[in-house]
Amino acid sequence: MTELSALMSVDELKTMAATIRCDIIEMICNAQAGHPGGSLSATDIVTALYFRVMRIDPARPDWPERDRFILSKGHACPVWYSALAERGYFDKAHLGTLRQLNSILQGHPDMRKTPGIDMTAGSLGHGLSAGLGMALSGRLRHRDYHVWVVVGDGEVQEGSVWEAAMAAPKWKLGNLTVIVDRNRLQNDACVSEVMPVAPLADKWKAFGWHVVEMDGHDMAAVVAALEAARVAREQPVAIIAHTVKGKGVSYMEGQAEWHGRAPCEEEAACALDEIRRCACE
Amino acid sequence: MSSVTYHHLRSDVIERLQAGTLLTEGPGQATRYAYAEAIVELGARNPGVVVLDADVSKSLRTTAFAEAFPDRSFNFGIAEQNMIAAAAGMATTGLIPFASGYAVFLTMRALDQVRNSVHYPRLNVKIASSHGGITPGPDGPTHQGQEDLSLMRAIGNSTVVAGADTLSTKLATWAAAEWEGPVYLSFTRDPVPDLYAPSYPFEIGRAITLREGNDATIVAIRDMVSQSLVAAQMLADQGIDVQVIDCHTLKPLDEATILEAARATGAVVTAESNVLMGGLGSAVAELLVENHPVPMMRIGMRDGFAESGPYASILDKYGMSAAHIAAAVERVIARR
Repeated sequence: MTELSALMSVDELKTMAATIRCDIIEMICNAQAGHPGGSLSATDIVTALYFRVMRIDPARPDWPERDRFILSKGHACPVWYSALAERGYFDKAHLGTLRQLNSILQGHPDMRKTPGIDMTAGSLGHGLSAGLGMALSGRLRHRDYHVWVVVGDGEVQEGSVWEAAMAAPKWKLGNLTVIVDRNRLQNDACVSEVMPVAPLADKWKAFGWHVVEMDGHDMAAVVAALEAARVAREQPVAIIAHTVKGKGVSYMEGQAEWHGRAPCEEEAACALDEIRRCACE
Repeated sequence: MSSVTYHHLRSDVIERLQAGTLLTEGPGQATRYAYAEAIVELGARNPGVVVLDADVSKSLRTTAFAEAFPDRSFNFGIAEQNMIAAAAGMATTGLIPFASGYAVFLTMRALDQVRNSVHYPRLNVKIASSHGGITPGPDGPTHQGQEDLSLMRAIGNSTVVAGADTLSTKLATWAAAEWEGPVYLSFTRDPVPDLYAPSYPFEIGRAITLREGNDATIVAIRDMVSQSLVAAQMLADQGIDVQVIDCHTLKPLDEATILEAARATGAVVTAESNVLMGGLGSAVAELLVENHPVPMMRIGMRDGFAESGPYASILDKYGMSAAHIAAAVERVIARR
């Protein structure tokens, strides 16, 4: 029988999250382009999904019964690529080719090029709708998979997100969970300054979602919230994950400038040192 | 007159062409209704087919599909962006979604979803688009999808098809379901004559010669095919003998058939109720200028917008009627 879930303990997940954070820094430094801030804020969530919560099989990326994952904030794809590589979907050597010509790792996720990518992403505001379609299909065909979509808190400024938010409760899609990576920063500045999205929990509740809030960096809390979301119900779940942009690298934390800037080699070495040191504590 | 060779036209169509009544009498309907009929038959044959609506299911009559297959019918309300991206998600799981609506909103409101979530990943989504070109005459410019063919043609991995009547639209709908990858189907809001006999050999990417002729070629799409047949009859009355081609697939363009026609007749007119920038006229011009330049004119919407009014009156006022096509043919022949 193929192993369906890695089922890591919370401690093992923390170690894996540190490994993935290191991968992210190395990938973006090597490419000298990419989005470290939003990759690092989503790292604990993506780690918990791929190494504990999701029902997946890296040997069968096209398995029809697999859980689906969509990183709707596609610019944070280094976290997705690292998780897929660490989970065994493809050789880790590919991580060094991010954004290069002929690479399987495009600047934004491409389902036709990368094993394990369930949906192409990059244009913000599409992923929740795509996940909704997958969830409707699962319902129609009596498949037991769950659909997980990570959106950014800046991303919910796109009106189409709310079209999907309105639709999922209509169809009682308990097999759909959206996780809002609430890192409070977007490309230009603070979300609250560019275009306020608060109160997020109230908005999703008003649209008919079962809403949960969590600390997106407390691994035990992340695992508990995600596992609870997978429980059968007749209502989609929205998890507001309170996170820190650039989490794990102190000079990036809470700094909008690290949304889409690559560290130089010296900065990367400093970041890797900090991540590894903290993981040992 | 008796020497004219037609292909695949109903016998009553030929009679009405000669009597000058094709556009005013006889059977016909909006091709959106032909799609609705076809999709119900398709739904019975193929359990993977689902229909998505955007609050215009009564207008397209996809209500018939919803009644026949309620669990495979999804009304997204007035939210085309969500509908198109959801269709993409459905397609990743093996379903064949037909996302139905109006051309302006499917190809313009939701163009980002159409491009990035459907065509870039080559997902098996069929976009079933009514109100193409200026066929929604009375609704006015906000609902006249005069750019739909141009926009869809410009997108990578796209296939763009527009039937000219009931039979060709049904065959196009069924062919779209068999086609692996995205297909854009453009329908008329207003009625067009039923043109084709059961022998009509529809195949995506293969243009069909409807009328043989030696003096010039008219290449037409969608609602302008019937206008072009009428134009050919007008010209025949003056002793000018033109070939008429139904180029139902704008992309991939049937280059071989069009080049062969250009070589044989030496003069080409295109006809579409789409804007002149980027549609059928552009596609044919690009093909000919690089391979076999001949005198050519394009009939279609000039830069700008039309207005509310009966469909036939708009064709007249904005230079797209059969008479305009016939006049363009005379001019290209004079330049040959």
